[in-house]
Amino acid sequence: MLLIEIKPNKCDFCGVCVGVCPEDAIELKEASIEIIEERCTNCAKCVWCCPIEVLIFRKDKIQQLKAKAI
Amino acid sequence: MLEKFYDVIVVGAGPAGTTAARFAAEQGVSVLVLEKDRDVGYPVRCGEAVSKDGIEPFIQPDQKWIASTINSFILISPDETEVKINFSRTGYILERRIFDYELGKLAAKAGATILTKAYVYDLLRENGQITGVKFEHNGEPKEVRGKIIIGADGVESRIGRFAGIKTHTKISDMECCVQFTVSNINVNPNACYFYFGTKFAPGGYLWIFPKGNDSANIGLGIGGDKAKYRSPISFMNSFFENKFPNIPKLTMISGGVPCSFTLEKIVKDNVMLVGDAARQVNPLSGGGITSGMIGGSIAGEVAGKAIKQNNLNLLHEYPKIWHQRVGKRHEIYYKIKNAIYNFSDETLNSIAHSAIKIPENERTLLSIFKIALYDKPSLIFEFAKIFFY
Ligand SMILES: Cc1cc2nc3c(=O)[nH]c(=O)nc-3n(C[C@H](O)[C@H](O)[C@H](O)COP(=O)(O)OP(=O)(O)OC[C@H]3O[C@@H](n4cnc5c(N)ncnc54)[C@H](O)[C@@H]3O)c2cc1C
Ligand code: SF4
Ligand code: SF4
Repeated sequence: MLLIEIKPNKCDFCGVCVGVCPEDAIELKEASIEIIEERCTNCAKCVWCCPIEVLIFRKDKIQQLKAKAI
Repeated sequence: MLEKFYDVIVVGAGPAGTTAARFAAEQGVSVLVLEKDRDVGYPVRCGEAVSKDGIEPFIQPDQKWIASTINSFILISPDETEVKINFSRTGYILERRIFDYELGKLAAKAGATILTKAYVYDLLRENGQITGVKFEHNGEPKEVRGKIIIGADGVESRIGRFAGIKTHTKISDMECCVQFTVSNINVNPNACYFYFGTKFAPGGYLWIFPKGNDSANIGLGIGGDKAKYRSPISFMNSFFENKFPNIPKLTMISGGVPCSFTLEKIVKDNVMLVGDAARQVNPLSGGGITSGMIGGSIAGEVAGKAIKQNNLNLLHEYPKIWHQRVGKRHEIYYKIKNAIYNFSDETLNSIAHSAIKIPENERTLLSIFKIALYDKPSLIFEFAKIFFY
């Protein structure tokens, strides 16, 4: 389950998140961005590095994720 | 019309990519450049500062892409002590939108084909070999074959990953940036301003680079390990509120500069990486325009030679030449960067206080570094070695 959320209409398509993603889990085109759920490990590096606060780490969903795992 | 095959395919039309394309095409081999954006040179994610000496080997300076000429630096410490250093060389603030375009034209003049709105999403593999790239053009999937693929795809550096090279940047090495271009600003039009310290830009710096008389690029970059706690845009907004509350802002961009040393592998099979994609940025200043052009020119020349001699083993000359010319120096810059960016605000203030005591005509960047690194003599020695080599 993806814990990273992209705020709509805020991204500048600059590529910082892609540059730090260890899993190559972000597909960034001229004017679109998408996180590939199967590759993403929810490490949050992209969230920390986004200069303009486009990405959010949904801590509140962790419980849900744990429940799913059980 | 697009051919089905090119000797060299370059992905990305930034300064590194178009320079690689030009140097390869000049040797008479066929070259295709694929760029995901609709324009070469836009959007501009850059402070646009270069040295005259750095770009002259590649392009004749032209007023149409020079916004300002720089002859001094003003370094500002956390307590706002200003240390002015007169620059013995000449610097420029570019109009990169035009500069990158001109570099594209030079590549085209040399014979390269450039295709924009072409997003490369994978390498093409046949019988276990990399034989080209897969790309989306105007929303349609396409393929093109090539003997050598040059990844010049900037900070994202995905071409390298497709080829099996680990290219992602450690977050502490990623300078996470925002920049505004503002107008109606009253700063010295021939000086670059750098602000240091935790208030402005922890693990990085804030810059004001003038563009002509009343316009400037104002931006900042902070390490990802710091951005984790407070975002670059939040630091930038505070700076504007304190210093220029009502300034008109013409554009805003975000961006990242990978400030590390060059990737260990910049050639794998028939894939070469150049520019930011190869992490060829000067890690101390964060400048990557000229170093990317150097990387691109070496890679393009080597690629052209390898095609002409039909010997892909020659590609391994590229990392050797790069390290000799620039890469080794970047390793030392990286050490200095890590020393300086970890200074406390008090240390930065005391360096500034010592520096202003040096008479202005004797004050150089080296003399400041000597003060800054006085308790790290081995770094001064290494720095002096590369400065005077
Ligand atoms: C805020 C900021 C300020 C800076 N200030 C300065 C400065 O003052 N001086 C300086 O020297 N340097 C500066 N830099 C660094 C400098 O901008 C870069 O080092 C330089 O642009 C690198 O050139 P490049 O050709 O390697 O990559 P880029 O210029 O980033 O070009 C890469 C190109 O590849 C394209 N691309 C990416 N992925 C794909 C794909 N999959 N398919 C097709 N195309 C693709 C991109 O659209 C882009 O056009 C700054 C950087 C930032 C972010
Ligand atoms: S770092 Fe932020 S602004 Fe830049 S591409 Fe990623 S989500 Fe968008
Ligand atoms: S959370 Fe980690 S793995 Fe997932 S997209 Fe972000 S950086 Fe990549």
